[in-house]
Amino acid sequence: MESAAVPAPSRVPASLRGILPVLIALPVLLLAEWALSDSPFAVYLLSVMGVNVILAVSLNIVNGMTGQFSIGHAGFMAVGAYLAGVTSLALKDVAISFLPVAVSDQVFLIVALLVAGLSAALAGFLVGLPSLRLRGDYLAIVTLGFGEIIRVAVTNTEAFGRALGLSGIPQTSSVAMVWFWVFLVVLVSRRIAGSSHGRSLWAIREDEVAAEAMGVNTTGYKVRAFVVSSFFAGVAGGLFAHFVPIINPGSFTFVKSMEVVVMVVLGGLGSTTGAIVSAMVLTLLPEGLRSAFSALAPEGNLAQQVDQIRMPVYGMLLVVLMLARPQGLFGTRELWEVVPRWLTRRRKGM
Amino acid sequence: MSQLIQHLINGIASGTIYALIALGYTMVYGVLKLINFAHGDVMMVGVYMGYATAFALGREARGSVGGVLLIFLVAMGGCALLGFLIERFAYRPLREKPRLTALITAIGISFTLSYGFQLDIGFLPGSAPRAFPQIIKPSQWFTLGDPEFPDVVLWNWQVISLMVAVALMMGLQYLVFRTRFGRAMRAVSFDHRVAALMGIPTDRVISVTFMIGSALAAGAGLLYAIKDTSVSPLMGLYVGLKAFVAAVIGGIGNVPGAMVGGLLLGLVEEFVVGYAASTWRDAVAFGFLILVLLVRPGGLFGRVAAEKV
Repeated sequence: MESAAVPAPSRVPASLRGILPVLIALPVLLLAEWALSDSPFAVYLLSVMGVNVILAVSLNIVNGMTGQFSIGHAGFMAVGAYLAGVTSLALKDVAISFLPVAVSDQVFLIVALLVAGLSAALAGFLVGLPSLRLRGDYLAIVTLGFGEIIRVAVTNTEAFGRALGLSGIPQTSSVAMVWFWVFLVVLVSRRIAGSSHGRSLWAIREDEVAAEAMGVNTTGYKVRAFVVSSFFAGVAGGLFAHFVPIINPGSFTFVKSMEVVVMVVLGGLGSTTGAIVSAMVLTLLPEGLRSAFSALAPEGNLAQQVDQIRMPVYGMLLVVLMLARPQGLFGTRELWEVVPRWLTRRRKGM
Repeated sequence: MSQLIQHLINGIASGTIYALIALGYTMVYGVLKLINFAHGDVMMVGVYMGYATAFALGREARGSVGGVLLIFLVAMGGCALLGFLIERFAYRPLREKPRLTALITAIGISFTLSYGFQLDIGFLPGSAPRAFPQIIKPSQWFTLGDPEFPDVVLWNWQVISLMVAVALMMGLQYLVFRTRFGRAMRAVSFDHRVAALMGIPTDRVISVTFMIGSALAAGAGLLYAIKDTSVSPLMGLYVGLKAFVAAVIGGIGNVPGAMVGGLLLGLVEEFVVGYAASTWRDAVAFGFLILVLLVRPGGLFGRVAAEKV
């Protein structure tokens, strides 16, 4: 595998780094919200895509930057989805009187999402502290186990609707809200990658024993990365709970975790933009296939089978990808490091 | 008391099947240091091969010894071939790459097999579970209490699985420690590059190990199908995961460890289902695994190798 290219320090002045992206992002998001207000399918698709991007980028902090192979991300998503759902159901009939209803709804949504994120982060801390002592394959199987235990626990809890799931959660999520969190997770992930904290994570990824010998407190860094990652997985779950009609344990299985792992691996372990691009492509691909098939044969069952075909295709994609390009599409590089090089090479060739 | 005995019998019966599947995991891990996530799905394919053979043979042949042997032979042979193909085309090209890439490939193969078998195209069976034909006529070998409604029942297939499992384990132990091929296996496991320098055909040894592991999976899968009487394309995912858990509990790479881990897991699950809460069954296996790993990170019989820099 190519050695990790540790990101170069940003050229944007430090005083602007904190506030500038927010100032740019907010109007763009509100504009998108307004432009898409009359096409529910686009809103749904963009929301699903956003949730997947949040999941992939947050998992990339653990799997890509720290090199710890965790395959239980759906468990933390489930914690977030259910706790946000329960919070919203409890606050359903409450409104802040001096604010318009829409704004008050959004305030409560943010409260629910924070509950989701914090509870998932707590779960991540409890899981991470003991299990991050384990390495490689063992860590993978233990995180998988924790994901399954969370799912079974949810299935057996009366307050979470057992196997039937939660319904009637207010559908207050919106494109702007989902993509604002996408923006936040990307910001956090990039800032971590460039910080001294991030450099410790890259060091752990490259050689854990050497990092420990250089004085990096490996357990502390790994647990912190795990907690940040689970926080955003919980938020993604919370957002998910606020735009799907019903959440049930079937949405948070081992298979969902693997879908997120595929996104991270396809993009390249360690590349944030890689995770974003592959999460978007892998969300759009089945939807695009479904539309293509239903356009070809509106009555046939091919369109219904797209969902079934998706999983074997995921499997084949993983195998082919690992054989052809084990480092993922982007390796550890980001989009803006790959594209210029590719363009100049093409120009020289001509 | 009789309830306890019945739970013990059931626990040992399901434990032997976990143990048998775990043997395949342990062998492959021992030689390649690869978690073969696709093992459970190879097992599922084997069960479907046995299912097809049983139907091709017809009703009267199913109960006979020859028929049963033929079903087992076809399934085990077919899976050995499948295992060979998977190893040759998916794992061998990645042997010098980081181990994570092979792990992800294994997960990819697992998804391709389990979800591919759910499709409704051509000869593929579709996603609905199917009843597995009774290839061994169930009979009660031993009962306690009222003969009409006995408190404790020992079925013939439970004894047969236990005997098959113990025989296969002893055979494996013999193969690994008493034969030339076993010595080659251990050498490859220790360091496959040096083994190649010493004139051991590493590729062939790894291929054969894979084929034996896959054949074992098919055999264990058939025993599982006889016990469970239903087959579905997704059966491999969770049964495989649990068998893997059993292998890790015993100390992965260790043949008797896989056996003990499988039996322990079967017993723990059975007692939780019997005395505590049946809906928690799937969580118990993982909870038990995590407990064991926290106390003994290498499994019960495993040794933790010190990491060298």
